[in-house]
Amino acid sequence: MIELQNVCRTFTVGDQQVAALRDIDLRVDGGEYISIMGPSGSGKSTLLNMLGLLDRPSSGSYLLDGGNVTDLDDEQQARVRREKIGFVFQSFHLVPRLTAAQNVELPMILAGIPAEERKGRVEVLMRNYGLSDRADHKPDQLSGGQRQRVAIARATVMNPTVLLADEPTGNLDRNTGWEVLKLLEGLLEQGISLVVVTHDAEIGARAHRQIHMLDGRILSDEYPAK
Amino acid sequence: MRFADTLQFATGSLRGSPTRTLLMMLAMSIGVAAVVVLTALGEGARRYVINQFASLGTNLVIMLPGRTETAGIGPGMLLGQIPREITLDDATAILGSTAVKRIAPLTVGSASLSRDALNREVVVLGSTADFLEVRHMSMGLGRFLPAGDIRESASVCVLGNQMKRELFGNEPAIGQWVRLGDRRFRVIGVLAPQGESMGFNTDEIVIVPVASAHQLFNTSGLFRVLIEAKSRDVIEQAKHDAEQIMFQRHGGEKDVTVITQDAVLATFDRILTALTMAVGGIAAISLAVAGVLIMNVMLIAVAQRVKEIGLLKALGAPGKQIRGLFFAEAALLSGIGSVFGLMLGYAGSTAIALMYPSLPVSPPWWAVLAAFGTALGTGILFSVWPARRAAKLDPVAALAGR
Repeated sequence: MIELQNVCRTFTVGDQQVAALRDIDLRVDGGEYISIMGPSGSGKSTLLNMLGLLDRPSSGSYLLDGGNVTDLDDEQQARVRREKIGFVFQSFHLVPRLTAAQNVELPMILAGIPAEERKGRVEVLMRNYGLSDRADHKPDQLSGGQRQRVAIARATVMNPTVLLADEPTGNLDRNTGWEVLKLLEGLLEQGISLVVVTHDAEIGARAHRQIHMLDGRILSDEYPAK
Repeated sequence: MRFADTLQFATGSLRGSPTRTLLMMLAMSIGVAAVVVLTALGEGARRYVINQFASLGTNLVIMLPGRTETAGIGPGMLLGQIPREITLDDATAILGSTAVKRIAPLTVGSASLSRDALNREVVVLGSTADFLEVRHMSMGLGRFLPAGDIRESASVCVLGNQMKRELFGNEPAIGQWVRLGDRRFRVIGVLAPQGESMGFNTDEIVIVPVASAHQLFNTSGLFRVLIEAKSRDVIEQAKHDAEQIMFQRHGGEKDVTVITQDAVLATFDRILTALTMAVGGIAAISLAVAGVLIMNVMLIAVAQRVKEIGLLKALGAPGKQIRGLFFAEAALLSGIGSVFGLMLGYAGSTAIALMYPSLPVSPPWWAVLAAFGTALGTGILFSVWPARRAAKLDPVAALAGR
């Protein structure tokens, strides 16, 4: 359902052209659990941004559910992000002046969903993620694990088809990291595809499909037997 | 995104930095208040002048000897003649016009007024019974000059309020005799206190019949003829008739000047309106400055909230929506600032009105509207650039805080 064909991405640094992605061909099916691993600068984050429509390929095409999304304008791409893609970031990216519940509500506000419906959906999610008693807390009153759970709730509130996580456990201690990861993996049961970028081999090894990158190329793409 | 949500979100981000928001609103308020107060002052000055003219009399046409402009060289000028004076007969002849309601001839001079040992120099007006009506004066005590033959030089006089007090104190003045120049006059009335009008204190005058004044000053000409038209619509006709009558009576020479009070008033009105607008315009500069401040603050806000903008984009906000959020913030800032400014301005005008009760201070509606509109306009206009900048941010770079 997601397909990248010959995608290249080059950045201009000074007067030099730096290739972050070179000729990437990738197909992600529904419900897949993929980890992308590789050293810094290997292009794994750029690939994730590409999948999340935050970045446009310099060449090549991106097909989502059979339609080419590289041709879409800003507003249409935003719509796709809103309805089909959820993001989880290493540094959570919660809006500090909003409460936990308001942060979860944010994508629905942007989508123009009526307030009553928003309230119901936020409540259900907060309960599911064990955050009900933290709903009115500001992010700086929450622990790291709680913040990431709020972020995951926010990423899933619009029922996306794919969830993109960039080092989701990078800012968490080991135990909390595992908890967060389990939470993310639980989403697979709902049919959401999960793409996790990580440099932690142990975490990467949990994915059903593991992609290794180096210098903007896919080095290996394998399905290790369970 | 719903409108109410946009407003709520913008309010939230304004509350996020309360000091900055308050300072911005203060700047906007001061700008708006300045416009309101200054135009209120200008408008007050304009109304003050108009009131002064109204106190002179309504539908007034004033005739004076001589011309303020010449049309070629008349025979009289070659012979070195001075303009012919306006006589009492000329003045009465003007009543022949259908547009004229009444007239009051006016002779002015100064003479020494004395009673027993008290003595002072006063302005003496020579006029007729109609003067009281034409000039909108009111009597304090007794009667005004008697109606009757305009040439009768009765020895009666009407004292200005202050004159009466200076000469008689608290004693009754009606029926008493005073000396004016070399003649004795009987006091038949005292004017009510009128205060100053067009720089001329009517409390310090003595009014005598015009014929008596002519004898007193040994003249036969008139200083002015005050002509009251029957209504506002026939003022121009009254002016024209007066000119025609004088033209015929003076042997085909245009040697009088007839001015309408309206023309003078209109000139003052124009000057003071222009002044009010100029002052308002200068005050509006402070609004423009406030606009630049808003731009500055919005640019800082964009820079400070780069990550938030990146996040909003990642969550599916198109550039248009982000622009809208920043516009809403600017509109709220300048809108609330303007409302406070209006309140401040009205409070200021009221304070000035209390301090100077004679000045009818009140901000004109057009200035209030313009101030509000300009404030809102500059606020939004100056946020176009920051808002566009926010909308154009690259989401990947923005999320990384770059």
